[in-house]
Amino acid sequence: METVKSFFETPAPARFKGVLSWLITTDHKRIGLMYLFAIIFWFLLAVVLGGLLRLELMFQGETFLSAQLYNSVFTLHGVIMIFLFIIPALPAVFGNFFLPIQIGTDDVFFPKLNLLSWYLYMAGGVIAVISLFSDGFPDTGWTFYVPFSISTNTNVSTAVSAAFVLGLASMLTGLNFITTIHRMRNRAMGWLQMPLFTWTLYATSWVQLLATPVISITLILVVIERYLGVGLFDPSKGGDPILYQHLFWMYSHPAVYIMILPGMGVISEIIPVFSRKSIFGYKAIVASSMAIAVAGSLVWAHHMYTSGMSDTAVFVFSLLTFVVAIPSAIKVFSWVATLYKGSIQMTPPLFLSLCFIYLFSVGGLTGLVLGAAGANIHVHDTHFVVSHFHFTMFGGTGFAFFAALHYWWPKMFGRMYNFKIAYIASILVTGGFIFHYVPMFILGLQGMPRRYYDYLPQFESGNFLAGFGAAFMIVGIFLMFANLLLTLRKDRDASSDPWGGITLEWQTASPPPLHNFTTEPEVLDYPYDFTGVVEKYSKKPKGE
Amino acid sequence: MNDIVNPATLVDRSLYFIIGFSFIFLFAITVVMIFFVVRYRRSKNPIPKDIRGNKMLETVWVVLPAFIALSMFVSGWKSYSGLRNVPEGAIEIEVVGQSFSWLLYYPNEKETENEIVFPINTPIKLNLTFSDVIHSLFIPAFRVKVDAVKGIETYAWFLPEKMGEYFFQCTEFCGTGHADMVGVVKVVSQQEYEEWVEKDDEW
Repeated sequence: METVKSFFETPAPARFKGVLSWLITTDHKRIGLMYLFAIIFWFLLAVVLGGLLRLELMFQGETFLSAQLYNSVFTLHGVIMIFLFIIPALPAVFGNFFLPIQIGTDDVFFPKLNLLSWYLYMAGGVIAVISLFSDGFPDTGWTFYVPFSISTNTNVSTAVSAAFVLGLASMLTGLNFITTIHRMRNRAMGWLQMPLFTWTLYATSWVQLLATPVISITLILVVIERYLGVGLFDPSKGGDPILYQHLFWMYSHPAVYIMILPGMGVISEIIPVFSRKSIFGYKAIVASSMAIAVAGSLVWAHHMYTSGMSDTAVFVFSLLTFVVAIPSAIKVFSWVATLYKGSIQMTPPLFLSLCFIYLFSVGGLTGLVLGAAGANIHVHDTHFVVSHFHFTMFGGTGFAFFAALHYWWPKMFGRMYNFKIAYIASILVTGGFIFHYVPMFILGLQGMPRRYYDYLPQFESGNFLAGFGAAFMIVGIFLMFANLLLTLRKDRDASSDPWGGITLEWQTASPPPLHNFTTEPEVLDYPYDFTGVVEKYSKKPKGE
Repeated sequence: MNDIVNPATLVDRSLYFIIGFSFIFLFAITVVMIFFVVRYRRSKNPIPKDIRGNKMLETVWVVLPAFIALSMFVSGWKSYSGLRNVPEGAIEIEVVGQSFSWLLYYPNEKETENEIVFPINTPIKLNLTFSDVIHSLFIPAFRVKVDAVKGIETYAWFLPEKMGEYFFQCTEFCGTGHADMVGVVKVVSQQEYEEWVEKDDEW
């Protein structure tokens, strides 16, 4: 295998050596890695910002962040985490790298557009940074609710433009993936032979393509409203602030499914491999992904039960919200059933996947509390909601991202990391996570609102505890990334298939060559048929 | 007044039902998951069984959650309609949210700031509006929360059944003073209320 040069060693034209050769690359794998490093940077930055928020909240009263600064920090934390980390994390990094390989082709359908998406992503990040150093970063929260976002003096327009540019990047990536899946699948691969990660990317891409324009238009309208004051949303000019909320959530709720679906795909890949057993109910998982994409696009107004919209709307959106719970439940059942009578090998990616199932279940179940109209009224806009969406977004997508990193790291870089440190880091993150967010559920039920830099005395002990959990979690996150990134200093030591994988990426070298495959990959009739893998390993004497 | 169902009880019932169910579900899923991982570890079970699905089981876990989800929806909706249907004879108080305090206007033109006083066992209706940006009034003790939006008549009602002091807060982010929009809710006896409401404003 080592006779083939990997994509890291692709010969570059004379004038474009080193970093330059990466900046002009159209290789989906290189673009995926460029996203990876940018995303890790933003993620760690936003983690530190989140830590600052928790530190401020550990003690009652103003400690080291003023109200204005606190508001800017949580807005920045939200904007970075949502637009620069969670939305692109799985599709842009692992989708770019593995989608073409999983369907047995050599690149995405529009390689140049792919590079353009990366530049747009970077430009969006730069614009967000610029807004920091101009009139002060917005203090509106990532939701940019009107009329507050129209009347505040801070630099909402620049931050909103950043979100606009990032939306464009996300949309083009979605377009690229859909086209690639339709047009470039390996000839031997039918729709129902596609790996589940690819399937979830397909569902996600449609949502990205169809929902993102709504937010782009809405954000432009906010800028128009700020500069021209046409009175679309401003009630003092006859505008409707509720309209803004509808438009905002019409994108931003489907967006949470953009975030979680690829995460579900990752888990659906990892659990069968380490159980060495087919996923339980392949077709049901495919169908549930598509069902989530469709139904998830129709539930946006469950963020707005208290907003003053009509009771009929509350009825409809509450009912639809419970409908979305069902496909998510199907997935959880299928993952657990996959473990039944498997041959389970514990590894860091599997450990993280199991943590995902637990944390995501908590997130999903507390979502039921929020979906129920009457119960929602009590916990809406409290710390309960903060905790709920961190369980789904961080405990869900974040942990899926960690699991994907540990699962595919040897494939992407050809290097294996230290298992022991990976376990220690995972336990720190998971333990800290529970310690951090569970008190917030209780605080929320007691009535502590979100976006408060200061609170009533009865909330102090809960916030104090949460701060400790955050500290453990942050240490764990940095340890995890250090463990992975430090492997880049050693020589390549990973085999082409260290886990006994079944999807096509495990049939090529680690890291893969420029055109992904040197020989035509072999597509299985049933994508999760592990009989071959079991046979291969049972012949070998003990050990890998 | 005893024929009025306090919506706060309905909300609590809905919360207990959903959270209680969630605990059971989470416990079951976690125990089964850990059991499988330990029981079928590779050293003990080197050859996996090739199971790809089970139509029967899959149907069960679509239908069963569907029913449970539906029952949760119903409990949520019931409590919500309780919160929305104001009984007759409620005392109406006009509430204005401004950055960053709450102004309250009582039926006899009495005004207070960040202080709500009302009599026990009488339904109270709050009619909300705002003067600048959206605010939201949240009284955790009575399980009510409603946004104040200009141009839309929003309201909330509740039935205080215990005397005492509670707090209310703003829950729609409105700027630097968001966390300062805290007020006191005092539930007093009918007699005390009448005395209080007749008393002239001190400010």
